[in-house]
Amino acid sequence: MKPIWYFVGLILLIMGGIIFLNGIYQALSPETVNTVLKETHPSLWWGAVMLISGAIMFFKTKNQSV
Amino acid sequence: MEAIGLSFVDWVIILIYFVFVIGIGFYLKKFTTNEEDFFLAGRKNSFWVAGLAFLSANLGALELMGMTGNTFKYGMYVAHFYWIGAIPAMLFLGIYMMPFYYSSKIKSIPGYLKLRFDEKTRVLNGISFAIMTLLVSGINLYAMALVLHTFLGWNWDVSMWASAATVAAYVTLSGLMSAIFTEIIQFFLIWFGLFLVSVMGIIEIGSVNDILGRLPESMNTLWSTSSDPTQNGMLIHWAGIVLGLGFVLSFGYWTTDFLVIQRAFSAKDLRSARMTPILASFFKMALPFIVILAGLVAIALSNDPSSGFKLLQDGGQINYDSALPLLIARYYPSGLVGLGVTALLAGFMAGQAGNISAFNTVWTYDIYKSVLNKKASDKHLLWMGRVSTVVGVIISLGTAYWAKSFPSIMDYMQAIFSWVNAPLFATMLLGMFIWWITPNGAFWGLIAGMLSSFFMYMGVKFDWFNESIITMSSVQSDMAANFWRAWWAWLICAVLTVVISLFTKKKPKEELVGLVKGLTQEKIDQNIPLTKKPEFYAIISLIVLIILNVIFW
Repeated sequence: MKPIWYFVGLILLIMGGIIFLNGIYQALSPETVNTVLKETHPSLWWGAVMLISGAIMFFKTKNQSV
Repeated sequence: MEAIGLSFVDWVIILIYFVFVIGIGFYLKKFTTNEEDFFLAGRKNSFWVAGLAFLSANLGALELMGMTGNTFKYGMYVAHFYWIGAIPAMLFLGIYMMPFYYSSKIKSIPGYLKLRFDEKTRVLNGISFAIMTLLVSGINLYAMALVLHTFLGWNWDVSMWASAATVAAYVTLSGLMSAIFTEIIQFFLIWFGLFLVSVMGIIEIGSVNDILGRLPESMNTLWSTSSDPTQNGMLIHWAGIVLGLGFVLSFGYWTTDFLVIQRAFSAKDLRSARMTPILASFFKMALPFIVILAGLVAIALSNDPSSGFKLLQDGGQINYDSALPLLIARYYPSGLVGLGVTALLAGFMAGQAGNISAFNTVWTYDIYKSVLNKKASDKHLLWMGRVSTVVGVIISLGTAYWAKSFPSIMDYMQAIFSWVNAPLFATMLLGMFIWWITPNGAFWGLIAGMLSSFFMYMGVKFDWFNESIITMSSVQSDMAANFWRAWWAWLICAVLTVVISLFTKKKPKEELVGLVKGLTQEKIDQNIPLTKKPEFYAIISLIVLIILNVIFW
């Protein structure tokens, strides 16, 4: 059975990737965002944090089983 | 309020979550071959898995939104729920109580009551726990539909049925194992989905000190205004916090509530089971940096008219629960909104799955096998576990519709924990540490404790007497009354249990070996290095707790 960390890594990787890519689009088209502090580009850096965290968990555990 | 709009990307993220949790249920089904796999996740989890699940089972979205809203209402005193109102009890469970629970190989908390006392005490607790979990599960479902309807404009029925069907599917497929897997996923989604609210609040206002500086002293300290109830936001004396919340409510919940303790029972050995609540204590202490900080940001922003931030009003009353969704709408662009909504959805669904997986275990072992079918085979019990999961979800849906048509049962729910858990903690504490407490003493003491708590609640609700009799203060809040009522219920149960035990037949000491401290040889974790001992980490946790309380005194 795959360890739970594999699944956590996978979902963070997928969701983080989508949010990060969406963040790139929002940074290139700032008129599409109308939230407070939009100039800090939260989707971009928070998506990247999720993506990197998920990638580390996923690739560290993808060959493990418990 | 205008509903928070969801973009295509937000919907994709929400859909991924639903597909993921059902997929996990199907994946784990092939590893769920017997009743121990279904009810106890095979007893093979590390303390990291059991510990995060232990915390997540308690971390429903209702709590996240409710506590952020409570912070707006009461100020920083709400942090007591996460620090003094949780950590000492979690450490006590890991150090002193878990050896008796885990070593006796019981499958549920009522199972311990059967071994320590007798069948009637077990069935009493089994039935009250089963009713409580189904009510909580249904109310949780109702609250979720209310939130999704209010903030996202979603249809009530579709929201309730879709999430109930999803929970029923993955818990029926692989029981506690899939519940634990999804709880851990929920833990990470909550941190990633909601911690950003606090981060953005700090960026907007300046720093944590700037946020605290914008609040009155009654709202921004933990203890310094607690000697006079009129000087703090919760209108409570420190004795009420220490005795009611820190002792009775906290120990009553964390050391006896099977919903959370079931996760520790899934650990692979005694050391891992003991480490489960101790590890969870560190993450519990960190949670105020999501919920309390977000609530404080909401107060600071609403005190500043130029921010444009204002909580919703329902019929002239402030809707405190709107604080967290409104902050999400304020700071999160599309994509992140989907993540925030998924975090709340995951919290609701994991909370419901936790209640249902605890219910199916208590129903199957402590009611069905104990009373209705004593000769049931293991295979039949596995089948019964699956059937009771589906039935439990259907009853929860019924409770949710009941709550929708009769919203004041939400008020009653607030008090149910103090009706069931506060007196049970007295029974457990006395039973585990004093050998001469008798089965009749425990049974009648427990009944008296539960009834007295119920009577105090109804008495105040219907003006039979004044609340100040319970709180011993001329000023009080609902929260203060909850704390004091729990204390009195505990005391009544404890005193009656002791008095009745003095005059009723005691169990022979040899039947209590392994169940009562003093009659059990203590050789736990003696041959492992200091840095692997649960006690070592418990002391570190305690030191962190003290430091946090001093910093925010």
